[in-house]
Amino acid sequence: MVNQEAVKCEQVWQEISNYLEGDVDAGLRMAMEEHFRACKKCASVLAGTRNVIRLYNDERMIEVPAGFGRRLERRLVRDARLRSRGWSTWSAWLVPVAALALISGGLRWASSLTVAHPLQSEHAQPGHDIPPDMTVVVSAGAKEFHVPGCEFIHNKDKARTLTAKEAIREGYVPCVKCMRKYLQAASAESSADSGFEADVDADVDHRPGAGR
Amino acid sequence: MAERNVVLNNPILDNPQAGTTREQELIAQVQHGQNELFYELVRPYERRVYAAALAILRNETDAEDAAQEAMLKALANIRQFRAEARFSTWLIQITVNEALMRRRRERTAMMEGIDDRRDEEGEYTPRDFADWREIPSEALERKEVRQKLAEALASLDRKYREVFVLRDMEQFNIQETAEALGISVASVKTRLLRARLMLRDLLAGGWERGWFSRLPFEKGSKPW
Repeated sequence: MVNQEAVKCEQVWQEISNYLEGDVDAGLRMAMEEHFRACKKCASVLAGTRNVIRLYNDERMIEVPAGFGRRLERRLVRDARLRSRGWSTWSAWLVPVAALALISGGLRWASSLTVAHPLQSEHAQPGHDIPPDMTVVVSAGAKEFHVPGCEFIHNKDKARTLTAKEAIREGYVPCVKCMRKYLQAASAESSADSGFEADVDADVDHRPGAGR
Repeated sequence: MAERNVVLNNPILDNPQAGTTREQELIAQVQHGQNELFYELVRPYERRVYAAALAILRNETDAEDAAQEAMLKALANIRQFRAEARFSTWLIQITVNEALMRRRRERTAMMEGIDDRRDEEGEYTPRDFADWREIPSEALERKEVRQKLAEALASLDRKYREVFVLRDMEQFNIQETAEALGISVASVKTRLLRARLMLRDLLAGGWERGWFSRLPFEKGSKPW
């Protein structure tokens, strides 16, 4: 609480802006009001400062250059057009790019029918000591070769038999279920080399097309 | 926010357009892709947007360009606007950011001198103009009066001008002004006090030079 009598002109000038903001405590406010009644100069400062705030607060004080609004509106419209043109330019590029992607994808799919498969799955492993003349089964669209009768043969209506050597040459990899014993041997060697354990049963996904 | 009833009327805060249902509708429509309505949304604030840019950049051409650029940014980011904020404050904040960025880029701050960046220490002693009277707002009908007021504002150092424009012309509160300019609340208060008193002195001096000589004051009385 400020003593009303203790308020001096200097303190009034220091607080006059806060006073106009309503940002002084009740005691100081009363002291200042008392001071304004008695001090002509401070009353003049208060009135002048009020004039300043009121006059500049008037919207007429904000003058914009002639045509400002029209130019702003025009620029917004122009920008909107550029954006839509940018979209059409982008979409114009998109068509041939998409077409190339489709052609490329189509070619790769077509070639997959005749060219050896790469090892596509993270679970795909080459196997170890698989008898080359062993009869195995592969099917179109799948990546693994199986022991005949394996329940995980996909697309059984499109399956064909061949030797393990031929299947490997065509890029097929051993099924992690029916060819497990050949994989475990390989995996044991691999983990011995790397120091990590490999669990070929983990996360095996035998859904048709999985891992492609 | 501190009460401002001491400061009399506030035509900008009392703007009936602010925060109205129509404005909220427009915001929602633009947020849902009806960009063609954006100008209608910002038109009530275009003058204030320009004034904010001018306070920082001081050059009319730069201010107009910054204001336009700020509006484009506002449109691009309209989905980030949240209803709990005042749309005008959000819009002007974007403008202030744009103008400050341009000023930093153009290094004009360097040209205004190192002293301009620091608050001046010590008290400000207002000049002694013993007689005073309220200046009627009709005075602003006269272009020469508006021009003199604008010149007085333009003559302030930028640190005072920016705070004064945001607080007393744009109706930012003290906290919003501090955040917009990246300075402390205490600095805003100090600069605001100094800006108001300096303007009062400049305009009182203007009275002596006859700026308001044709106003209908009683004989012998002065507005300060």
